[in-house]
Amino acid sequence: MKDLLFKKALFTASLLLLLIGAGMVYTLFDGALPAFDAFGFFKFIGSTAWDPHPDREAYGALPFIVGTLFTAFLALLIAIPFALPVALFTGVYYRGTKAAHIIGAIVDLLAGIPSIVYGLWGFYTLRPWIIESGFSTGGFGIFTSAVVLAIMIIPYASSLSAEFLSMVPNDLKEGAYSLGATRLDMIQQVVFPFAGSGIFASFILALGRALGETMAVTMLIGNTNNLPLSLTATGNTMASVIANQFGEADGLKLSALIAIAFLLFILTALINLAGKFIIKRFNQ
Amino acid sequence: MENTVNNNMIDTLITSNNVRTPLIVEDAILTFKDVCVSYAPGKNAIESVNAAVEKGKITAIMGPSGCGKSTLLRAVNRMHELYDYIKVTGEILLNDQDVLKMNAMEVRRNAGMVFQRPNPFPNMSIFDNVLAGYSLNGIKLPKAEREALVEQSLRNVVLWDEVKDLLNKKGSFLSGGQQQRLCIARAIALKPEVLLMDEPTSALDPIATNHIEELLLTLKKEFSIVIVTHNMSQAARISDNSMFMYMGELIEYDRTNTMFTNPACQKTEEYLTGRFG
Repeated sequence: MKDLLFKKALFTASLLLLLIGAGMVYTLFDGALPAFDAFGFFKFIGSTAWDPHPDREAYGALPFIVGTLFTAFLALLIAIPFALPVALFTGVYYRGTKAAHIIGAIVDLLAGIPSIVYGLWGFYTLRPWIIESGFSTGGFGIFTSAVVLAIMIIPYASSLSAEFLSMVPNDLKEGAYSLGATRLDMIQQVVFPFAGSGIFASFILALGRALGETMAVTMLIGNTNNLPLSLTATGNTMASVIANQFGEADGLKLSALIAIAFLLFILTALINLAGKFIIKRFNQ
Repeated sequence: MENTVNNNMIDTLITSNNVRTPLIVEDAILTFKDVCVSYAPGKNAIESVNAAVEKGKITAIMGPSGCGKSTLLRAVNRMHELYDYIKVTGEILLNDQDVLKMNAMEVRRNAGMVFQRPNPFPNMSIFDNVLAGYSLNGIKLPKAEREALVEQSLRNVVLWDEVKDLLNKKGSFLSGGQQQRLCIARAIALKPEVLLMDEPTSALDPIATNHIEELLLTLKKEFSIVIVTHNMSQAARISDNSMFMYMGELIEYDRTNTMFTNPACQKTEEYLTGRFG
């Protein structure tokens, strides 16, 4: 009897969560429908228009989709050469030592800093550096956002990767050493292949965070409606355009912003799915 | 026949306090001189072991759990160095060269190790597992040589017929006994001088154990084997010489026949008759 009750409670809880998720998708889709109706689903995705003038109102999501993917993947690219060594340091080379604990704790601390703080740091510290270096005149844009995003996602990628690296059985490491392998050979040929799918998963998770990050990016990307095609270009990501324009939007514009939110939802779901699929292929 | 031993070795064996009946071997592949291992400062897990391991023979190291038999074995290929709290002192001569002064990678290539639990590399195919010693050392062999080496190594461990059509599959579907034979093949593919086996059958069922024991008897023609075992009957079945260790000391070292029929020390007798351990 007790067992049955418990089972029912678990079932209800999972069902409720599922319903909330479905409800969210439904309201998003419902809110987005006017925009999709007005411009067509694929035309909306492929269009670069963003004109709120009442007589020729037209909206498209392409610049923001490109801005999102551009900043997120660039951030991932910048993060990898930092996250991987940190993971190796704490998970393999200095595993279990005081140094590894301290560095691991500091990196984890980075993950807990609110994104508005990163935004302020980017605005008042990073941006002047970028202007000074002559890389871009305004200091805002894709590159600046990607750098801050990279710093934000490093802890996610590295602490999870370190976890997977330290899960490689000692048996295998000793087996490799017993054959005369150096530590580098051992890591390349035994540790990385073993932990590979886990490391990949942690980078997908980090990418997911970069895709949806809002506050810091909104402060640094420049908030224009351009299609961003260079590192110094300003633009908007899907999340930042919503945050930036939601307050004064109504009617079709509001619907367009909700449509962008709906697309962002789909995009992150797709990337997570692709990640899971690749991990599965890895493990075969 | 045991008089032709070199003077150096006699010195070592005579000065040893621990070995009550020092076995003098004619042709030593491995010689321990005052070998001590400690896991914590001031406390030795192994106390001054002196012994010479005979070439082309199977030498068993027996003793109750915690007596230091695996610790002694792992000192030979310097596995203790992977953990910086473990200290090894003394001399361990592999063909008259002190392994503690050699390059650790070179020592490990010359002293193959087989572990308690089979540990084939799960990301590599059976073929690549056999050649792992080469790839891990960055040695590239021509294709024909690779194929010949894999076949020969797998034939040596009597695994070839079972896996010859599955060489490009990963080894994870193999049985425990087959995996352990694959690990032995991986070790002997590097053509080591001595094969160190750390309770290689303790994770296997009796039939697989039997296969491995038969295999060792044929392998000793090419490799000197040191095997740690807490299975006395295994030591009796396959070894030529036996060491008995207790509380970190080498208590007795003799021909296996002699030790099992007429042990010199009381402790050995008690252990062999099952009174402790």
